[in-house]
Amino acid sequence: MNHLLSIEDLDRAEIERIVTQAQRFAEVSDREIKKVPALRGRMVLNLFYEASTRTRSSFELAAKRLSADVVNFAASGSSVEKGESLKDTVLTLSAHKPDAIVLRTPWAGAAELVSRWCSAAIVNAGDGKHEHPTQALLDVYTLQSRLGGIDGACIWIVGDVAHSRVARSNIIAFQKMGAKVTVAGPPTLIPRGIEALGCEVRFTLEELDSADVVYALRMQRERMSESYLPSLREYAASYQINGRRLGPRQVLMHPGPVNRGVELSGEVVDSPQAVITAQVEAGVVVRMAVLYELLAGTRESPPVPEPQLA
Amino acid sequence: MAATPLLQGAGIPANLLLRDAHLLDPREAIDARHDVRVRGGEIAGLGAPGTLEKGEDEEEIEASGRMLLPAFFDPHVHFRTPGQEHKEDLETGTRAAAAGGFGGVIAMPNTDPVIDSAPLLRSLRDAATREARVPVGFLGAITRGLQGEELTEMAELREVGALGFTDDGRPVASAGMLRKALQYQRLCGGVLTLHEEDPSLSKDGVMHEGTVSAALGLRGIPSVSESTMVARDAALAGYEGARVHFQHLSCEESVRAVAHAKAQDWRVSAEVTPHHLLLSEEDVRGMDTRMKMNPPLATEEDRKALIDGLREGTIDCVATDHAPHAREEKEVPFEQAPMGTTGLETAFAALYTGLVLPGVLELGLLVERMTAGAGLFGLSIPRIAIHEQAYLTLVDLDAEWVAGEHGWESRSENCCFAGRRLKGRVLLTVAAGVVVYRERAFSVVAA
Repeated sequence: MNHLLSIEDLDRAEIERIVTQAQRFAEVSDREIKKVPALRGRMVLNLFYEASTRTRSSFELAAKRLSADVVNFAASGSSVEKGESLKDTVLTLSAHKPDAIVLRTPWAGAAELVSRWCSAAIVNAGDGKHEHPTQALLDVYTLQSRLGGIDGACIWIVGDVAHSRVARSNIIAFQKMGAKVTVAGPPTLIPRGIEALGCEVRFTLEELDSADVVYALRMQRERMSESYLPSLREYAASYQINGRRLGPRQVLMHPGPVNRGVELSGEVVDSPQAVITAQVEAGVVVRMAVLYELLAGTRESPPVPEPQLA
Repeated sequence: MAATPLLQGAGIPANLLLRDAHLLDPREAIDARHDVRVRGGEIAGLGAPGTLEKGEDEEEIEASGRMLLPAFFDPHVHFRTPGQEHKEDLETGTRAAAAGGFGGVIAMPNTDPVIDSAPLLRSLRDAATREARVPVGFLGAITRGLQGEELTEMAELREVGALGFTDDGRPVASAGMLRKALQYQRLCGGVLTLHEEDPSLSKDGVMHEGTVSAALGLRGIPSVSESTMVARDAALAGYEGARVHFQHLSCEESVRAVAHAKAQDWRVSAEVTPHHLLLSEEDVRGMDTRMKMNPPLATEEDRKALIDGLREGTIDCVATDHAPHAREEKEVPFEQAPMGTTGLETAFAALYTGLVLPGVLELGLLVERMTAGAGLFGLSIPRIAIHEQAYLTLVDLDAEWVAGEHGWESRSENCCFAGRRLKGRVLLTVAAGVVVYRERAFSVVAA
């Protein structure tokens, strides 16, 4: 593995390898000294074009536990605000010879693009509404730990699928691990053609009790102003996961940050079915495993594609 | 109309003897090998191969059975002058046209400033007489600044040479505004050339809405954004008895809407681009910004419907919508990139490779559709016949090349076919009687 750009690039065996590695690192996290020297002398650059405290600090912690040096570069307040292009920013920062760049941008495909401009390993920490592969990996890890396995599990992803990179990466990752995925939400927020990813589509939660796992997505307030929804109240009435809708044997997941009272009621957030804090915990060990996978040992250079007949 | 419709810079009328060329002109029903004499820029003689004597001051070009076609005509290009000459200008744009075998083009008015008044058009036409290598005509804007709010002085624009009108790059969103332009056409003439898109449906979309946009998390543009506007404006044109031309059709429903309009005898015509005939949303999967254009590449079914429409004549002609953008503008994430691909230098080879070679379209029909655009704007279509001014393209159908391998004549390199192996290379282009292009390797061999 040279980069982690999308979940689509990984097969089941690779996902399992990362999850297994993460389990080993989880043992380290339980020790009093939580640091291993695996990536001593390596440099990880966090390049964030979107505000993100949680994902960024999770990556930072992961890199530090592996003894790597970490540099954080936030686009706001930097040369980016002076009009520097993504390419120039990346070329400039590459001059510091980072071994890995963790990249979060509001633009789909940006991570892949950057991977062509520099020699560092690129970790996609969210590219627009496209993918968020480490979130999918940590969700697989969390479910694996909770259920013992994902094969055959029925997973419902509920909410604003259209604007969610988490949804896209998870639809792909859960299916690769043998689960059956259903997406559900208001018709205005389920993108036309999403079923081509292999998932089922529902516009109501009537059959939610068939789910083993309910994965609620964050509902962003700005969707109201674009008329995707008439009101948050109406959304909650139809799609909120609450004590009435969530069955006792169902596992509840959420990528955070939660809007209590919107996509989730307070009672389910605090219920033992919710694994939301376990997901955050998994974030660090899974990201350790990803960085370890990419940076420990030597990297091979990718092949150059041949021109094709049109 | 008083003004000359197409303009180009000065050039020396050619004296050529093209020896043993395979002439193919569907309108003249020629499909055979001939010697062709061009004297003073006119086709002066046709004869069996090896029968014409080389005249004194004539250059003899050994065609050896290579195809000699009427030069192509592109009714839809963006040459960016004035205001965005870092992408393209009249000189580089017409050089690209010549290299693609085009003997005439029509440039769109969505420049900076927009060509929405007679003085602007006049100075642009002046520039063309200095800079253009192949004849170029111009459209004026339908509305001032392409804002969709006030009509331009269409009659005066016509007097100084506008071939027609378009707000291309944008639709005329208001039906009422378009209706006024259609009514005004009775006074001033000129084809109203329409970019069809309902902005409330296309919104901030960056590609075709479908399975690929869903998978990539990119905002989609539904094909009904185009087709409902084609249907609306065809009906308006029918109601007003006006003449409209639909630009760059991209989906099956639009082809159906045009077919319906033609069945009512409404005065409509339509064009399609090489990229919509050859590529689909699947080509956007890698988020290559060269694949980002408006209208977007649609589904495989749409592509097939466009080919059928072109074959059956529902779609009248091929247009490239040559839309150059600078490298730094396209070297950004997909969502940030401007829409458009260049197309003049690859149009023939891409269509020959993608449609003629696999047997989807006959070569003669392709040549017909690549030249028909001139007729739609009231211009004469080039013919290979005695006493006609020479508009000729010599093509080597067997030559294989990788698009872009030797760079581009265009100032920009954002070509959606770049890197593809193509067959069919333009060797020589004659436009308005002047040799405007020679392929480098060929001119060495020929000399």
